Amino acid sequence: MSLARKLTPSAMPDDVTPQMVKKIDKICAANRGKAGALIPVLQQVQEVVGYLPIAVQERIAEKLGVPGHDVYGVTTFYSFFSMKPRGRHVIRVCMGTACYVRGGKEVLERLERHLDVPVDTTTEDRRFTLEQVRCLGACGVAPVVVVDEDNHRKVMADKIVDLVEQYQ
Amino acid sequence: MAKLSISDLAQIKQRASSTFQLRSGQEPVDIKGHKHLLICGGTGCHAAGSQTVRDALRDEIAAKGLADRVSVVETGCNGFCAMGPVMVVYPEGTFYVNLETKHVPQLVQEHLIEGQPVEKLLFKDPKSKQFIPLMMEIPFFANQQLIALRNRGLIDAESIDEYIARDGYTGLAKALGEMTPDDIIEEVKTSGLRGRGGAGFPTGLKWQFCQKTPGQEKFVLCNADEGDPGAFMDRSILEADPHSVVEGMTIAAKAIGANAGYVYCRAEYPLAVNRLQLAIDQAREYGLLGQDILGTGFSFDLSIYQGAGAFVCGEETALMRSIEGKRGMPRPRPPFPAVAGLWNKPTVLNNVETWANVPQIITKGGAWYASIGTETSKGTKVFALTGHVNNIGLVEVPMGTPLKTIIYDIGGGMPKKHRKFKAVQLGGPSGGCVPAEHIDLPCDYEEIAKVGAIMGSGGMIVMDDSTCMVDMARFFMDFVQEESCGKCTPCREGTRRMLQILEKITEGNGEDGDIETLEELAEMIKESALCGLGQTGPNPVLSTLRYFRDEYEAHIYDKKCPAKGCAALLEFQVDPDKCKKCGLCAKNCPVQAITWQKKEVAVIHRDKCIECKTCLENCKFDAIY
Repeated sequence: MSLARKLTPSAMPDDVTPQMVKKIDKICAANRGKAGALIPVLQQVQEVVGYLPIAVQERIAEKLGVPGHDVYGVTTFYSFFSMKPRGRHVIRVCMGTACYVRGGKEVLERLERHLDVPVDTTTEDRRFTLEQVRCLGACGVAPVVVVDEDNHRKVMADKIVDLVEQYQ
Repeated sequence: MAKLSISDLAQIKQRASSTFQLRSGQEPVDIKGHKHLLICGGTGCHAAGSQTVRDALRDEIAAKGLADRVSVVETGCNGFCAMGPVMVVYPEGTFYVNLETKHVPQLVQEHLIEGQPVEKLLFKDPKSKQFIPLMMEIPFFANQQLIALRNRGLIDAESIDEYIARDGYTGLAKALGEMTPDDIIEEVKTSGLRGRGGAGFPTGLKWQFCQKTPGQEKFVLCNADEGDPGAFMDRSILEADPHSVVEGMTIAAKAIGANAGYVYCRAEYPLAVNRLQLAIDQAREYGLLGQDILGTGFSFDLSIYQGAGAFVCGEETALMRSIEGKRGMPRPRPPFPAVAGLWNKPTVLNNVETWANVPQIITKGGAWYASIGTETSKGTKVFALTGHVNNIGLVEVPMGTPLKTIIYDIGGGMPKKHRKFKAVQLGGPSGGCVPAEHIDLPCDYEEIAKVGAIMGSGGMIVMDDSTCMVDMARFFMDFVQEESCGKCTPCREGTRRMLQILEKITEGNGEDGDIETLEELAEMIKESALCGLGQTGPNPVLSTLRYFRDEYEAHIYDKKCPAKGCAALLEFQVDPDKCKKCGLCAKNCPVQAITWQKKEVAVIHRDKCIECKTCLENCKFDAIY
């Protein structure tokens, strides 16, 4: 028996639509053979799908013509890539030093209690993903919380619940 | 647009000369009576709503029929983020802070039509409580000397013509038209410029190593992976003056013989990426990037590579691995990147602030730059002043400026009257804390290293006496541990072990011998880790142990946190002797766990208390323990 056992490909999760797969293939086709293309490809695919489940990674490996372990290795190395589905809204609490000393930690703790999930997870209804981020460079207006694309400045713990509740 | 020649640059500059006369406070005859409103469009001010204020201003100005003589210009980051949105009105130089759309009609009517500044929107000095109308009279700005940040708040960050009008691309024209590669390197060596990313390696020498390495293909890289928490000068430069980085890199490309370059930028900085991309596109259109730049026969092009969230990619060899599309893990040096860098080709890598200094050095000469600063550290340094300080923002001062000047004269001291200055953290996770006793320390590479910190990228986090130094050390160790790439054992396992001990101490379970174990581990990791991240990672622990050992001991032996920062070591009781019965604790408690009545000492009910410390933050009398 050959040592190189052919693995069956993982099943594509239901939330990855055929249109998305088509887009993935298109992104890969545009980058195949380009040196250093893997990270930009993963960034673009995550924008399309929202996350990078194993089946998507396998697809990228096949279409780019790179080993699957390289794709997995890079996906798990960088914090921007997620293998789990994310919420409709992503809350990112800055935990840079300036935000930390001005109350960022308390903001994060309040959110964990309010949403009833630990950091780096998604609420069951997939409304929110709670993340911490290492310094957004907006230290002048610390503590900073980013919800989706909106930067919120000087967010104190007692204001944070009202703030995130505006996002449905 | 046709490609520019060197003489075209002078013409663009000539065309815009009255604009910049106006913005330097003069009243040029051809645009007499005109006003320029420069509103900040950096990340901090955007978060504060500067874009809606900008639009409201434009609408109101148009509605009042002032559009022909009043223009609103969106600049990059002005550096005074905490007061945002900020705006400067030229030619007077009136500085407005905390603007909101509701202020716009009054501002237009009183200032632009009647000529009277709106007092309530001016900057109020936190010490004297006086309004200071003019930007250059505000101590925060008056005490700075700008080289890397020279265009901040003064030009439209998205206009290449405005950059050119401020002597932009003059250095490039000189480097390409009049200088040999050796001349360029000699000039940079004369300037004494050292790497602003942290390590402080002489820039000219680095270029020379790369120039001397034979190779057909070489690269110029910019490190914009500004990961040190609490540092934001690179973001600010890219948002406010992206062309200065493009120009600096192109000059180096000529010096070392490179034709391609990359800017590796954090994905956390979307605005910086957009502005830089725009700058690159504009430079290409003008023939300042691409083939045959300025008709001199030299070719160079640039692209942006976005990071994906890994602090270790700020380390040079890891950064190059990341551009190659791999896991961003460092490799041992030598060979150094100047010999074998990106794709194993000779490569020069400098950080954003370093690049922003280069055009000025070429334009004005290395000797001019070397006349600023100290014996070993030349020029200026940008510090990101944050934390417990009144004026938060970016501060550019000559090397050797005392800490005291930065924190008190520019920063305006501590914001809470009942709090005292305790320490300042320099250099982020690789640096250390400088305690109050060294407040007169001149800030240059060598002096900062002597007290156990590093210059680093220039993060300067001021901490008052409510900050627990053991918790601070734990915070940084948590950071280093999380960001350790896992390649070498000392960093991967050693930092984890150090973090566990620090967590144990802050949770009140510290034991005799913990401090010694921390010291032993720290020394071992410093000596044996593969890259700068691990080698410097224990510094925050060592420096807090050096100056605040008693705080560690109080945690371990007395089970007390002297700064009252560690919730596990607090009893959440009110000291009746210190309580002034003001009720602020009860009013601010988020879970109504405190009862209080007028003229009575407050009572904290532990069964309801969630230990969030809101009461401690609100108590002005240090009465909760």
